[in-house]
Amino acid sequence: MKPVEIAALLTQQFGEKIIESKPDALNPWSAVAPGSILEAARFTKNDERLLMDHLELLGGVDYKDRIEVVYIVYSMRHRHRYTLKCRLTREEPKLHTVESVWAVANWHEREAYDMFGIVFEGHSDLRRILCPDDWEGYPLRKDYKYPTRYRDMPV
Amino acid sequence: MEAEIAGELMTLNMGPQHPSTHGVLRLELKTDGEVVHEAIPHIGYLHRCFEKHAENVDYPGVIPFTDRMDYVASMNNNLGYALAVEKLMGIQVNNRVRCIRIMMAELNRIASHLLAAGTYGIDMGSYTPFLHCFRDRERILDLFEETCGARLLYNYNWVGGVMYDIPPGFEKKVIDFLDYFEPLVDDLNRLLSHNYIFIKRTANVGILSPETAISHGITGPNLRGSGVEWDVRKDEPYLDYDEFDFDVAVGEGKHGPVGSCYDRYMVRIKEVKESCKIARQAVAKITPGDVHESIPKRGKPPAGEVYMRTECPSGELGYYIISDGSLKPYRVKVKSPCFTAMSAFKEISRGAMISDIVAIVGSLDIVLGEIDR
Repeated sequence: MKPVEIAALLTQQFGEKIIESKPDALNPWSAVAPGSILEAARFTKNDERLLMDHLELLGGVDYKDRIEVVYIVYSMRHRHRYTLKCRLTREEPKLHTVESVWAVANWHEREAYDMFGIVFEGHSDLRRILCPDDWEGYPLRKDYKYPTRYRDMPV
Repeated sequence: MEAEIAGELMTLNMGPQHPSTHGVLRLELKTDGEVVHEAIPHIGYLHRCFEKHAENVDYPGVIPFTDRMDYVASMNNNLGYALAVEKLMGIQVNNRVRCIRIMMAELNRIASHLLAAGTYGIDMGSYTPFLHCFRDRERILDLFEETCGARLLYNYNWVGGVMYDIPPGFEKKVIDFLDYFEPLVDDLNRLLSHNYIFIKRTANVGILSPETAISHGITGPNLRGSGVEWDVRKDEPYLDYDEFDFDVAVGEGKHGPVGSCYDRYMVRIKEVKESCKIARQAVAKITPGDVHESIPKRGKPPAGEVYMRTECPSGELGYYIISDGSLKPYRVKVKSPCFTAMSAFKEISRGAMISDIVAIVGSLDIVLGEIDR
C-alpha cells in the first residue's frame, strides 16, 4: 500500500484518534493519540492489508515542548513502511507498552525509558538498559545537565 | 516438579570480561547444574551515548562516530549514514562513487564475516581457522589502508562522495585479492565448517524460529539462518544493488533443524562468496569520474526527517535522522541489528547447556560497540 492509503486506512479505523497525518513527507507518518497506541499497534500488525510484522525502530524525540515516541513499522509481506508517533507531555511522558505486539519493543522501550524517562505502562521489565541503574537524569533530553561526578569518580 | 528445580537454581555471572562474549557483555545465568534456565544479558558497558554526540556536531562530523559502532564493519556504518543524509538533502552521486562504495562495503563484509567465523572457531575450540581468517582479513585491511590510511575506523564514505579516490591500479589489486581468496573459502569449509566436532557443537543448538526472529526484529544473517529469504540489498535495493547478480544465502538445516547456530554460521560463509561476486562486478562497473563532485559546500539539509536502512554484515542498520534545518542534526537514532539480536537471546538460550551459551553468543555475531553505541 502507498503511504496515502495507509494514512486513509488508519483515519478510517481510528477516526479522531489520529491527530495528524503527513503521508507525503519523506518519511510518511501519522500521530496517534497516546491512549490508543496499543490498539493502533495491534491493528497495523494484524490487519490483512497492513501486516506490519517488523518493528524497525522505536525511539524517543525531545521537542522541548513535548516528547514524541516514534514507531517505524514495516511489512515483510507487503513491503511497505509507515511511521506512527505519539505525543506526550514532558512532565509526565507515559503510554502503554507494545511489547505484546512486537517482542523487540521490550528492549527498545527500556532504551527510551533510559534515555528520555518515558514510562511504558504494563512493561514487564522496565529498568535502565544502557546507563547504570543508579544513573541520574535522562541523557537524551535537551535540557540534560552533564554530571561532573558519578559515585565520587570524576566523569 | 518445576518448583523443585526452581529451588536449586544457581546464579552464575558470565562476563563482562569473558573471552567468548566478544566484548564487554555480561550474562546473568540462572543455572540448574549444567542447564541454563534463564540467561539475562546486561549491556551498556561500552555506552558512549553516540546519539547525544551526534546532536552536537555538524552533519559530516557524525561520520567518525559511526565508525566506532560496529568497529569491524566501519565502511558499512559510514555508508548507511551517508545515504540517509543524502536522501534528506536530495543528493545524487555519480556512478564511480556508487561502485566504489559497493566494492568497499562488500570487501568490508568479507572482513567482518571472516572475523566472525574465525572467532567462532576459537569459541568452539579450534584455533587454526582463526589464523587463516585473520591472515586473509589482513589483506583486505591493507587494501583499505592504501585507500584511506586507516585500517579499522575509515571515515571513508562522506555525504555526497567518498574521502579519497582509489589509487591507480587499485582495481587490479582487488581482483588479485579475490582470485587469491575465493578458493580459500573451500579451505575454511574443509577446516571448520565440515568438521565433525564443530557440527556437533553447533547444529542442534540455539534454534531460532522464523516467527521469533521476526517478532524480535532480527535481521541479516541471523534472520536468513532461520530460513527467511530476506536481504535489504535484494528486497529494498539502495545504491545499484538491483543491477548486481548475486544470491541470498539462507539456512538450509543440513545438520539438525533450520535456524541453528550452524545455519547462522553457514549463511555467513556463503555470503562471503556472494560478496566476492558483487565486488568483482563492482570493479567491472567502475567508470571515470570525480568522487568529490556532489559533496555539498555546506551540509544544511531542509527541515524534515528520514529513515534509511542498509544491509550491514550483522544485519539491517537503520538511521532515523530529524533535521530542524540547522547545521547540526536535531536527533539521530540508530537501529542496531546487534541490539535486536541480543534482545532475543533470552528466548534462544532457554534450556541450553552452559557451554552452548558460548556457541549461541558467537553465532549471533554481536559487536558490543554497536549494541551499546
